[in-house]
Amino acid sequence: MAKLTMAQALNQALGQALEADERVIVLGEDVGRDGGVFRITDGLIDRFGAERVIDTPLAESGIVGTSVGLAMGGMRPVAEIQFFGFIYETMDQIASQAARVRFRSMGRFSAPLVIRTPYGGGVKAPEIHSDSLEALFVHTPGIKVVTPSNPYDAKGLLLAAIDDPDPVLFLEPMRLYRAFRDEVPEEPYRVPLGVANVVRAGRDITLIGWGASMPVVLQAADELVARHDVVPEVVDLRTLSPLDESTIIQSVQRTQRAVVVHEAVRSAGLGAEVAALIQERALLYLEAPVGRVSGYDTPYPMTMFEDLWLPDATQVVSAALAALRF
Amino acid sequence: MPMQAGSMEEQFPLIQRLNEDGELVGELGIVDEQGLVDVYRSMVMLRRFDERAWNLQRQGVIGTYAPFKGQEAAQLGAAYGLGARDWLVPTYRDWAACWARGVPLEHGLFFAKGHPRMGAVPEEARVFPAQVVIAAQTLHGVGLAWSLKLRREAAAALVTFGDGAASQGDTHEAMNFGSVFGVPLIFFCENNHWAISVPLERQMRSETVAQRALAYGMEGFRVDGNDYVAVVNLVHDLAERARRGEGPFLVEAVTYRLGAHTTADDPTKYRASDEEQRWEQRDPIRRLERFLLGRGLLDDAGIAEAEEAALQEVEATLERFRQALEEDPAVLFDHVYAELTPQLAAQRDRFVARAKEVEH
Ligand SMILES: Cc1ncc(C[n+]2csc(CCOP(=O)(O)OP(=O)(O)O)c2C)c(N)n1
Repeated sequence: MAKLTMAQALNQALGQALEADERVIVLGEDVGRDGGVFRITDGLIDRFGAERVIDTPLAESGIVGTSVGLAMGGMRPVAEIQFFGFIYETMDQIASQAARVRFRSMGRFSAPLVIRTPYGGGVKAPEIHSDSLEALFVHTPGIKVVTPSNPYDAKGLLLAAIDDPDPVLFLEPMRLYRAFRDEVPEEPYRVPLGVANVVRAGRDITLIGWGASMPVVLQAADELVARHDVVPEVVDLRTLSPLDESTIIQSVQRTQRAVVVHEAVRSAGLGAEVAALIQERALLYLEAPVGRVSGYDTPYPMTMFEDLWLPDATQVVSAALAALRF
Repeated sequence: MPMQAGSMEEQFPLIQRLNEDGELVGELGIVDEQGLVDVYRSMVMLRRFDERAWNLQRQGVIGTYAPFKGQEAAQLGAAYGLGARDWLVPTYRDWAACWARGVPLEHGLFFAKGHPRMGAVPEEARVFPAQVVIAAQTLHGVGLAWSLKLRREAAAALVTFGDGAASQGDTHEAMNFGSVFGVPLIFFCENNHWAISVPLERQMRSETVAQRALAYGMEGFRVDGNDYVAVVNLVHDLAERARRGEGPFLVEAVTYRLGAHTTADDPTKYRASDEEQRWEQRDPIRRLERFLLGRGLLDDAGIAEAEEAALQEVEATLERFRQALEEDPAVLFDHVYAELTPQLAAQRDRFVARAKEVEH
């Protein structure tokens, strides 16, 4: 089996989707000749032509708005927003249009499109290029939100997202595009949406993360085992909307403690939703309050200080130990 | 009746005063020969700065940097065409224009470094922080100019944007608002022919950017953006008219991005080098140099001296940049709101404690 980076796995998935279904098109800024600023669409224009791999004019609302129409017209657009921070440009077309077409028409129409976008910090990118805004879209009924944390999931989740009958926001942690390789089967496969992954079975505490935060969570898990004799269970949510509630609850019922980790700002982040869910459904199992490790309530910092701002494994370990000693 | 294709370049002819060979084909207008020597020296310094910034990224000293190489004449023409009380609303690529309006060059490095001070423009400079969200600033430019009008201030504003930015809805809304409210603004499009990898002809089907002025009921102009003399005269004239209430105006400065989009970009992926070479011939600095040499206003010694002075200025800029690196990280919390909220105050304390731990 080939060992691929996440960037290569995504590229392979897009190629296979374009190959399998003529309705699939890829569009966005610089996705054609340039192969995307992160090279995720590299080579696709040569294989599938400029009619299916499309360099659009520079306008995010245009990209998503026309994708909504394309999808309603029977196509399967896979749109790229160059960086997640620019999603605001097309907020109306996502939240009030794509996400509501099915609802508005009582199912007569739907908008099965995928919006791919790199997100997350840690790469010293300019302002507005590192934000984690997933909570805005988890808070938007009608659109699914997915984020892989490794090459294997990236390919399988993207193919599942393209198959999905509803609009899907597909968040690609840019720090992980080329961070490591995984065995990735050549043939197309799906990782189902809505199913979290128990990355490591454990007994003492449940660490919950997703996407860009997973390496931090895993590093913390290693440290807890090696230095503190604590065996955490690690859950990678993978799909943020709809949440896989039962995997979260079952895990916490066993471990009786949980810490949620995200890069996004703290207040009203997805961590708050997960914590609320746990206290609703597993209160009597809990031995400690659900911990949150997150960014601070500031705009994503100027990158000179981003390493200080971003959650790291030490903070996750401290939060876990605090829960254990509660 | 539909516009006849082919007529727009005639309707918006390229305004030029100093041609590619450095020959004067129009009037010097508001500039004098000695002033042009200063502008030449500034351009040389800015070019050296730009190259140095590129290298600093390669050395890992700063992050992503967007070079302005090739656009010096357009930017200085725009900046020096404005009056002392006029405003500039720039993008991430406009460090030459910003510098000419009183923003020290190290702000370009701050921007690429992700230094909190990047947008902390000096009090006396009438310049907005550099905008990175494509086209957002076009609307700010309109609003700013509108405020000047409402407050009866005899000043104008100039907002820059790229050819790619011309595709954004914001730009179209800005032009419409601007003309509906008759604001004293110059929409200054630095048409450098590329938006990252997307060439002008795939960005738009219209022959020129300038012709869009027609649709919004304003006057549009197409000027050779590598000709400092043409740009500065045009902007000077339009700023004056804008202050008299005749704005807004649209200027398309036809130029070329001689470098990569940013330090993260590889233009060999998408554009031919012969195109780059053709535009090297039209280099704004070379053109001015030829003119000055021809007039006897510059000689080899003068060129060497300009290079020497440029080097010193760039070094001084770097020194100021380095000194600014001492910044306290907790400043991240201090300007989210006018006053620190209780939540942020608590978070700030935790952040400071952690920063100390990390240090040790
Ligand atoms: C809203 C938004 N979308 C995308 C980007 C990413 N991006 C940065 S520069 C750029 C191209 C801009 O081209 P143009 O407006 O012609 O200006 P230039 O960079 O050539 O000066 C793009 C797509 C961005 N910064 N903001």
